[in-house]
Amino acid sequence: MNQIDVDQTLNSLAEKLRPVLEKDPVMIGIHTGGAWIAQRLHDILGMSEDIGTLDISFYRDDFTRIGLNPQVKASDLPFDVDDRHVILVDDVLHTGRTIRAAMNEIFDYGRPASILLVVLICRDGRELPIQADIIGETVALKPNQEIKLTGPDNLALEIQEVGA
Amino acid sequence: MTEDLQFDKDGRLHHFLSIEGLKRETIVEILDTAESFISVGEREIKKVPLLRGKTVVNLFFESSTRTRTTFEIAAKRLSADVINLNPSVSSTKKGETVLDTIDNLEAMHTDLFVVRHINSGAAHLIANHLPRHVRLINAGDGRHSHPTQAMLDAFTIRRYKKDFAGLKVAIVGDILHSRVARSLIHALNILGVPEVRVVAPKTLLPTAVEQLGVHPFHNMYEGLEDVDVVVMLRLQRERMEGALIPSEQEYFRVYGLTEEKLSVAKDDAIVMHPGPMNRGLEIDSAVADGPRAVILPQVTNGIAVRMAIMALIMGGNVQRERKGKE
Repeated sequence: MNQIDVDQTLNSLAEKLRPVLEKDPVMIGIHTGGAWIAQRLHDILGMSEDIGTLDISFYRDDFTRIGLNPQVKASDLPFDVDDRHVILVDDVLHTGRTIRAAMNEIFDYGRPASILLVVLICRDGRELPIQADIIGETVALKPNQEIKLTGPDNLALEIQEVGA
Repeated sequence: MTEDLQFDKDGRLHHFLSIEGLKRETIVEILDTAESFISVGEREIKKVPLLRGKTVVNLFFESSTRTRTTFEIAAKRLSADVINLNPSVSSTKKGETVLDTIDNLEAMHTDLFVVRHINSGAAHLIANHLPRHVRLINAGDGRHSHPTQAMLDAFTIRRYKKDFAGLKVAIVGDILHSRVARSLIHALNILGVPEVRVVAPKTLLPTAVEQLGVHPFHNMYEGLEDVDVVVMLRLQRERMEGALIPSEQEYFRVYGLTEEKLSVAKDDAIVMHPGPMNRGLEIDSAVADGPRAVILPQVTNGIAVRMAIMALIMGGNVQRERKGKE
């Protein structure tokens, strides 16, 4: 479990995604790790339109609790999402709250035809009824463990113990 | 005192009252956050849900069009409910004191006040009076401070010039009456702009202006030579008592910004003005409408900067208040 080969997982994700290309989809990665994964998948699949990136800081549900992320970046969708099939990419699916925020933000840009959720890692601990459509690896972690993607040059996964 | 009011005990921005007392990192955080809000203003649905359910009162004891409107738009784009009040034509006229007006609005569960007042120090007075969970942004107090204008000016300079190091900035005109100039000078000093000049007749400069960390000039051609940024100020005729300028024609001839005077600045110099402009008095129309003017982008940027300041002071309040109760 500690040794997930990110490159190999990316290649298998890309193969699972290949049939979707028929729908002429656009790809959106969630800052920061999801954007790295999206860029790699985009390159492997040879998609022509640039990827979009989302920073969901303005849509988080914990703003009144913890405030604004000090490293907030601008979201950038270089295409019109109206009536497009969207491949939404994140590195780790955990509580589902990030994906909820990302979908809310996407709908403030337009009305996509569909959204497909692709994640490198699917872990336990869901707090919302959100599931991924295409998954690289599924891992079970203890509640005090987090899995983190480091990059962007050499993508690698680290499991960290966090303070209880 | 300012510092105590502006920050909570964890050092986070609580009210936004003046540039003085802010750390460079706080100013940079506001500028960086504003950069992200620019893209919100460019999309189809120009709204994010950060301040949903919050009540913002724009309380303008002194009139304003641009500042009040951009604050209103900023709050609405953050999904807050916004009330605009001009108490000088209602409650104040009937004899109510400023603090009584504030107490009444606070009783209506206002979360954030945006206050402009003709008297210097009014924002501090009100902030000191408010219960700690209510926030305040100073939208201009007398001759003292206009910190959100300084932030949007700094943001505009950074957008065009990328970096503050190595810049020469000239602030031209009625420095004496200008809260914009005072706040901008503080901001540029904190951000490390190496050369800030003020260009004005002696009658429109405060005494000992050098102590603010600026180089005074009385001649436009000397003051504008080789500068990267020219900030023109409005001649505040309504604040002038006595004859500070000989005549408007004479003022324009000597200090009005024309293409000819601007020609001594760097080729890529930008021209800013906080508005409202007096065309033909402090600035010639050819410059105001010319390619180097960034006066309208300043207005657009003002919305993003005000969104950033509101979001930064309003965020995390639940945790902060819980902490306060422990």
